Amino acid sequence: MTAEAGLIALWLAAALALLQFAVSFLYIKTEDDNLLKIINPIAIVQGLLCLLSFTMLIFLFLDTDLSVLLVAQNSHIDKPWIFKLAGTWGNHEGSMLLWVSVLALSGAAIALFEKRLDQKTFAATLMVQAFVSFGFYAFLLFSSNPFARLNPAPKEGAGLNPLLQDIGLAFHPPTLYIGYVGLSIAFSVAVGGLISGKINSALARAMRPWALLAWIFLTLGIAAGSYWAYYELGWGGWWFWDPVENASLMPWIAATALLHSIAVMATRDALRSWTIILALVGFAMSMAGTFLVRSGILTSVHAFAVDPERGAFILALMIINVAGALLLYALRINQVRQGKIFNLMSREGAIVGNNIILVSILAIVFVGTLFPLFAEGFADQKISVGPPYFNKATIPFIFLLMILLWAGPLLRWRQDNAERISKKLLISAICAIILLLILVVTLPDTPILSMIAIALSLGLAVASFLPLMGRNLRRTPLPIYGMVIAHFGIAICAFGMASESGFSKQLLKSVEIGDTEQLANFDVKLKNVIPVIGDNWVATQAIIEVRDSDSRSIEFETLKPEQRLFFNPNQETSEAALMTRWNGQLYAVLGKKNEDGKWQLRIWWKPFVTWIWYGAIIISLGGLISLLGRTKRRKKKREEVNPWA
Amino acid sequence: MKPKHQRLILAIIAVIGLLVASLIAINALSDEASYFYTPATLNDQNVEIGKAIRLGGMVKQGSIQSASDGVTINFIVQDKDQEQIVRYTGVTPNLFVEGSGVVADGRLDKDGIFIADNLLAKHDENYVPRELQDIDMSNTQKLEKSVVQ
Repeated sequence: MTAEAGLIALWLAAALALLQFAVSFLYIKTEDDNLLKIINPIAIVQGLLCLLSFTMLIFLFLDTDLSVLLVAQNSHIDKPWIFKLAGTWGNHEGSMLLWVSVLALSGAAIALFEKRLDQKTFAATLMVQAFVSFGFYAFLLFSSNPFARLNPAPKEGAGLNPLLQDIGLAFHPPTLYIGYVGLSIAFSVAVGGLISGKINSALARAMRPWALLAWIFLTLGIAAGSYWAYYELGWGGWWFWDPVENASLMPWIAATALLHSIAVMATRDALRSWTIILALVGFAMSMAGTFLVRSGILTSVHAFAVDPERGAFILALMIINVAGALLLYALRINQVRQGKIFNLMSREGAIVGNNIILVSILAIVFVGTLFPLFAEGFADQKISVGPPYFNKATIPFIFLLMILLWAGPLLRWRQDNAERISKKLLISAICAIILLLILVVTLPDTPILSMIAIALSLGLAVASFLPLMGRNLRRTPLPIYGMVIAHFGIAICAFGMASESGFSKQLLKSVEIGDTEQLANFDVKLKNVIPVIGDNWVATQAIIEVRDSDSRSIEFETLKPEQRLFFNPNQETSEAALMTRWNGQLYAVLGKKNEDGKWQLRIWWKPFVTWIWYGAIIISLGGLISLLGRTKRRKKKREEVNPWA
Repeated sequence: MKPKHQRLILAIIAVIGLLVASLIAINALSDEASYFYTPATLNDQNVEIGKAIRLGGMVKQGSIQSASDGVTINFIVQDKDQEQIVRYTGVTPNLFVEGSGVVADGRLDKDGIFIADNLLAKHDENYVPRELQDIDMSNTQKLEKSVVQ
């Protein structure tokens, strides 16, 4: 009965979404307050019903109810419970239900917590949210029903792709989806504003905490996905410019640009139409990402099923939503008063620069991601666009952005002069140049791009704290701290990336048991290779002892990379082993046994590679602090003008 | 300056920024987009030495040979009726076996050997690399079966 209950809840939620749309629409036409009173309860119940439906699916997976088709196809009775749980969203239907649940809960969150919007815009926002939700409910119910039964039920179940049987998977999709779909709120508020005609700084202030929240989760979700790919795929890379990765990066870039332009609109009431368009682009990118990943157009671990009908359905939904919003934008934008004027040498000017650079990067990633699809669709040419393209085209913009980031936060709103900030900037410029010179002299063989990136990161690490200079630290509002911390996180993250790309060392060798090799400052000894048995796999495991070359002590750490053979489904995977130090990671992969009895070993020393993810965590922390500052301020109901208010 | 003018100026700046980005993107695409070849199309066309390309096909039965360093292999990728020698240094993917589909990222060297930087093997039993989906493998498979027998 659980499956039927889940399905009924889903149908009811869909019906409520339709009702929510109708009631909101009527309210906007009639402004009858009685209607307004019932919109909130509908949105909340709709969210709860969808959550209930998703919970039912989780129960089915935990139970391994094999009479449900989806469970039978994607789970197995012998799986550890955590992977049964994660298996709920490790497949097309389940992950789409999670997607829709986040969408419905976002609507409920607006109904519960959004108090800043005027009534008409508020109703319009929930109307748009209901419209978007209804489309995706229809998608689930008509083409991706997660609760379909299977008769007769099989005895075991087909199992989950072993690559997906990983603890990272339990958290990566939900985190990413909260970010992805959370951007729907910014979208709905923007379209709501277009409908009600109230595009002003109050709208930006209402949109900001939601955009910030989505952005925090998106940042964490991308970082988690990157770390998962890094250790699970065994290739030692942390970003492959894979279309699926780009699908999550594009909404993030748009959301980052949006957060900055929102600041201008909320504080200075400028960049109105631009902010609206960014809010539309952000969620459009989320939907485009969903389409790319879920349509089966791309083959990857994410493309669960190749089904053109589903792809076409999502594409149609996306086109309806985005084209509808853009049409409305085109019709209404002339009625939006132009914002306040500002000098280009000002905080606004710097943020305009930030936005143009970010949107340029977004365009480059978008073109590179979709070009192969167009080439194949229209010219029947098979083309792959990989890291060389993306690196070559984006790196100049990223460098430009980092330099701008030194100066931007120091500039005053409205109007400023360059002399005032140039003195402060001298400190970070000197640091960066000295470091660059040291690197060029001591490590002349390093790629020049890595050296520039490292110098820029150090400069940024210093510059990110400059906005606090001359401030009373106790009276500095939280959002300023949030900004400082997030920018500092960018510096840490960029440093990790540059260091890994420029200074990684590799040992790739066929090694006899008992042999000792040297890599960077480590002595690496292949002690033994043994068989091991796990829950639902058997493996060949190498025991590798690692010592610091220059230490005389006999202490060592052990690395245990494996070649695993999973059952149900039968599949071999390579499990990398990691040894983490504060300044980097050793990354070991066990290869095959050669005919002469030697084992292939591939070990990397990746200096400061972990800083990439520490940086991402620091960035999200900055966002979180900023968000806390916003919500705290809202409680105090202070309306003072403040640089980041 | 009126707000209207400022909006115009900002819009122009944004358009210029996007144009520059598109120019860079197009330029980088023409340099770095790697075209997909099969052994047959690779032999038909004069592919520049050292240009990044992808090669896809089947790993020929009995063609994998290990070099003396223990981490380099040479093997033959074949499609319907043509072959290409490939060299790869590294740990091969788990599903890289003879008679199975493979996509290799890399470039031709001056001796006509395809130097692979990266190998993508069949992901799982239900997965065929996108580029390999419509290649006619019927002949090669028959060929291999007869070899096995």
